[in-house]
Amino acid sequence: MTINSVSVRDLSLSFGAVTVLETLNLDVKDGEFLVLLGSSGCGKSTLLNCIAGLLDVSDGQIFIKDKNVTWEEPKDRGIGMVFQSYALYPQMTVEGNLSFGLKVAKLSQAEIDKRVARAAEILQIQPLLKRKPSELSGGQRQRVAIGRALVRDVDVFLFDEPLSNLDAKLRSELRVEIKRLHQSLKNTMIYVTHDQIEALTLADRIAVMKSGVIQQLADPMTIYNFPENLFVAGFIGSPSMNFFRGEIKDRGGRKVVEINGVDFSMDAYPTRGPLEAGRKVVLGVRPEHVRVDEPGEEIHAAVVDIEEPMGADNLLWLKLAGQTISVRIAGARRYAPGKAVKLSFDMSMASVFDAATENRI
Amino acid sequence: MAEVVTLNNPSAKVSSATKPVAGPRGKKPRPLLSPRNIMIYGALLFAAAYYLLPLYVMVVTSLKGMPEIRLGNIFSPPLEITFEPWVKAWATACTGLNCDGLSRGFWNSVRITIPSTVISIAIASINGYALANWRFKGADLFFTILIVGAFIPYQVMIYPIVIVLREMGLYGSLTGLIIVHTIFGMPILTLLFRNYFTALPEELFKAARVDGAGFWTIYFKIMLPMSLPIFVVAMILQVTGIWNDFLFGVVFTRPEYYPMTVQLNNIVNSVQGVKEYNVNMAATILTGAVPLIVYFVSGRLFVRGIAAGAVKG
Ligand SMILES: Nc1ncnc2c1ncn2[C@@H]1O[C@H](COP(=O)(O)OP(=O)(O)OP(=O)(O)O)[C@@H](O)[C@H]1O
Ligand SMILES: [Mg+2]
Repeated sequence: MTINSVSVRDLSLSFGAVTVLETLNLDVKDGEFLVLLGSSGCGKSTLLNCIAGLLDVSDGQIFIKDKNVTWEEPKDRGIGMVFQSYALYPQMTVEGNLSFGLKVAKLSQAEIDKRVARAAEILQIQPLLKRKPSELSGGQRQRVAIGRALVRDVDVFLFDEPLSNLDAKLRSELRVEIKRLHQSLKNTMIYVTHDQIEALTLADRIAVMKSGVIQQLADPMTIYNFPENLFVAGFIGSPSMNFFRGEIKDRGGRKVVEINGVDFSMDAYPTRGPLEAGRKVVLGVRPEHVRVDEPGEEIHAAVVDIEEPMGADNLLWLKLAGQTISVRIAGARRYAPGKAVKLSFDMSMASVFDAATENRI
Repeated sequence: MAEVVTLNNPSAKVSSATKPVAGPRGKKPRPLLSPRNIMIYGALLFAAAYYLLPLYVMVVTSLKGMPEIRLGNIFSPPLEITFEPWVKAWATACTGLNCDGLSRGFWNSVRITIPSTVISIAIASINGYALANWRFKGADLFFTILIVGAFIPYQVMIYPIVIVLREMGLYGSLTGLIIVHTIFGMPILTLLFRNYFTALPEELFKAARVDGAGFWTIYFKIMLPMSLPIFVVAMILQVTGIWNDFLFGVVFTRPEYYPMTVQLNNIVNSVQGVKEYNVNMAATILTGAVPLIVYFVSGRLFVRGIAAGAVKG
């Protein structure tokens, strides 16, 4: 039997007149790495703070390990938390920071020493134990902050954008370390970020949020390949998915999307229901799902506008059906601007959304 | 001297004339007597003299004997230095009531200032911490009342307070005055502490809560150690304010408990005998010495604390 590690039931939260979260539901499985992904101000931190008990919820319930903790103090919820600004106590040494919570909990000195030593070993911060936070680099500080959650010996880790204050190189290093930590500890982790790379690389499942509502909750590949609505499709992926507004047409029994007079066959598209002719839709195709100068069913002529070689990949910007689209091809294949090319879409990997509801068809 | 920095201002280059021998190179020469410098130093010297001259007059006068003062040249340094006036001001100068100098007032002031400062800062810092970090019910209302309190002219409240203290049996006592000082310091000090604690990173407070620390543990273990500058600011405000207070001292205490300022006034305005300017000057300097020393010792921290507290409203 798998129990849910964290369950959020009909959670609502408002700051005065501003409602940030409304009847939000979320189940996080035991040992799962769940990423809350969304743009700034969508309520990710608010949700995390509610789970931590740092904010009083307006309505709803929160369960951790099947225990109703809605009214519990943060310390009694069995959580550890890591903050964006590290939030290390400036006047204490690293050791003091790690042991503060344990001292407050009145653990024996032997137990405190044991836990601090273990956390320091896991995070490789033993040489830093006697230093003050001001004498540490950003990466070291964040390691200590993770250590402070680690020593609490809890079931659930909460991360609020822990890497966004670090530079790109450190960020990718620590990202790998957090993943390794999760693999060895097997704790439940809830991780807030607005960086989609972090989300895709770390998560077992991603919850994409927009203005306090979870848009889609699924594993990274499902989120990436089968976005549930237009927002998720546009939010994930860089460069962004190509979108075309068009209309479903019936061409002698075969369904197509007509975009500015150009037909795109829907035969290969894994549709969920019947495609009624006349329905206004948005066709979405990722840059890597456009084939350039390769044999295909439907060939469309286009002209290279700009080429952006990026090493492993080569990014082409072309004009098609009156629109600029981006295409990702292998880095070795070079195209000069102005060159005419033949495109075809991999419709089996495309996404089609209803233009009105913006939901996947 | 911070003002020197302005000399490196690029616009100052206009006034410097260099002879290009092999082309300009290295540090640009700046003539000391440019009109700009004359203006700056002139203004600074004038301002400094304006503030220092009275102090100078006081110090030299207090070191002269009365015959020398009668010669009338107040700016001339003492021909014969004597500390007699200082001793008299401290120990034997007479007010209308007694003849034990300022010492009585000094000790009264110490006994008023120290408890008032300590108590008011202790309470106000906890108030400010609670207002900034614990959003309790009615916090906004409480804060508004406090701020309104800060703007009510306190002359309005003197008579009601006299009555309240009388009813409590504290009128005329040191305790009564200490309570009054503590209450009147509360609005501004609470505001000061609230702003300082609000400016501290909120995530620090959250981290401490996750670590299981409660109201007092967070206050003593997390907030206090980070707040030395603002405590120094509050201390200076209170010590100087209470030490310099005259009105409350006269109104709320009996003569035997008069603070130093009141005692000073009574010595200086004493009508018996000749006016002893040297004793008066010495007494005035003695009374002002405490705030002066406080400023000198903690001036740097004061500036830092003011700057830190001003970050957030
Ligand atoms: N104390 C508060 N009072 C009023 N509104 C608040 C408060 N805290 C947050 N909000 C509002 O709630 C919304 C969600 O904030 P939240 O901090 O959860 O966003 P976020 O998704 O974490 O964004 P970011 O990526 O910038 O951290 C925002 O619109 C914010 O303005
Ligand atoms: Mg946030």
